[in-house]
Amino acid sequence: MGAIYILWLRQLKRYFRSKARIVGSLGQPLLFLLALGYGFGPIFEKAGQGSYIQFLAPGIVAMSIIFTALFSGIEIIWDKQFGFLKETLVAPVSRLKIMIGRTLGGATVAIMQGIIVLAISLIVGFRPVSWVLVPVSLVVMALIALLFTALGTAIASKLDDMQGFQLIMNFLIMPLFFLSGALFPLNQMPPALLLVAKLDPLSYGVDGLHYLLTGMGALGLQMDFLVLAIVVAVLLFIGSWLFSKIEI
Amino acid sequence: MASKKEYAIEVRNLTKKFGSFTAVDNISFSVPKGQIFAFLGPNGAGKTTTIKILTTLLKPTSGVMAVNNFDPVKNKNEVRESFGIVFQDPSLDDELTAYENLEFHGVLYRVPKKILKAKIEELLKFIELWDRRNDLVKHFSGGMKRRLEIARGLIHRPEILFLDEPTLGLDPQTRNHIWSYIKNLNKKHGLTVFFTTHYMEEADRVADKIAIIDHGKIIAQGKSSDLKKKARKKSLEEAFLKLTGHKIRDEDAGSKDLMRMNRRLWRR
Repeated sequence: MGAIYILWLRQLKRYFRSKARIVGSLGQPLLFLLALGYGFGPIFEKAGQGSYIQFLAPGIVAMSIIFTALFSGIEIIWDKQFGFLKETLVAPVSRLKIMIGRTLGGATVAIMQGIIVLAISLIVGFRPVSWVLVPVSLVVMALIALLFTALGTAIASKLDDMQGFQLIMNFLIMPLFFLSGALFPLNQMPPALLLVAKLDPLSYGVDGLHYLLTGMGALGLQMDFLVLAIVVAVLLFIGSWLFSKIEI
Repeated sequence: MASKKEYAIEVRNLTKKFGSFTAVDNISFSVPKGQIFAFLGPNGAGKTTTIKILTTLLKPTSGVMAVNNFDPVKNKNEVRESFGIVFQDPSLDDELTAYENLEFHGVLYRVPKKILKAKIEELLKFIELWDRRNDLVKHFSGGMKRRLEIARGLIHRPEILFLDEPTLGLDPQTRNHIWSYIKNLNKKHGLTVFFTTHYMEEADRVADKIAIIDHGKIIAQGKSSDLKKKARKKSLEEAFLKLTGHKIRDEDAGSKDLMRMNRRLWRR
């Protein structure tokens, strides 16, 4: 437990000490929230869909979580390149514990980032349908964070260069995000696209947040939790296995 | 392996191949408990690869080994508990303070909280960084970082200490200070030291036994005086050059080296 805790704590310390990282990682979600929210707002309202900020905010919260969660994958490559991972790997601690500590740390940081974006959303006009459900939405945020931290860990375990990791992430993340129903309602999608969206695990995360924060969802809250939990378990397993195979 | 109890490290016919390249080629040596053992060789000779295998970071292609009587392949945790290591490259977390880096290491090695506090204080005072304990490591000079890494390697009172070019970039005063401390630990507590260095006078002065590796093979081993005698030279450096030749060795710059170069450029 001590090893997991100290690895988790390290991630948090690094996050809080990097003001540039906190501010920088808010840039993209803010841009999406303000530019798209206010830009498409009138069209969304004219189409009879209500406030676009109200619809958009949960998706942008998810977006900030996935980008921050994946950053922990970059940190693995960084630690590999600059030696810190070696120090961890020669310690009498199982790789599973190391992976769990790092993943929990990365996920916690990502949840914090999600909470900051949610707070900003409140400032720009977003209102949750029920304040009681906001803490429950943290569970969905945690599942999204764990899912993408584990994904980042799995990919970073196999890579040695940062540029390659970023390219793979962009190639993977953009389609996952755009198909997740973060920017437009899933129930208005053409059937073929809806089918693809249903294969995207992030769709269930965004849908869960929509349910809990706005009262609107398309896939069913139970289904959201179930799919997220299964994918998280699978990715944690794959991530742990690949992490255990790292040779430096 | 024979005579298990006498040796801190025992290696027989160890080979490590990366594809068609043989980094370590059928080497054998043993380090009795409490000995200071220098593992010398030109760049790319196989020193770091051997250390990585002994410290469980790499699996050997073939061969038999024992570190503190345990097999680094089969009994990783037992082996890991018994040694401390200072890597050739920096391995501190620049975003943590000096104190936090040592604390992190101590927790990973399950050093009890009370002992850990006292040990951190003792080591930071010894390396004269106690006043800077709350400073982030990124603000430290190369020499300060090296001292901190050596302190970190000792925090869990290991039985064996691996030092991969530990005094690289340090001034003579600091080198002398650190070696005095390590020799003292070796005498008082029977700490076994396995180190690599390019400073021949350091190996000559400190090591009880020396092995020279070149192109992955051990080409000579024995006391410093034996090696000098074998090469018919007065100094260890001359003997080393006679045994390994005068040709300059270049290691290929891998992705890690390129990253390090980039990092240095960004920091300017």
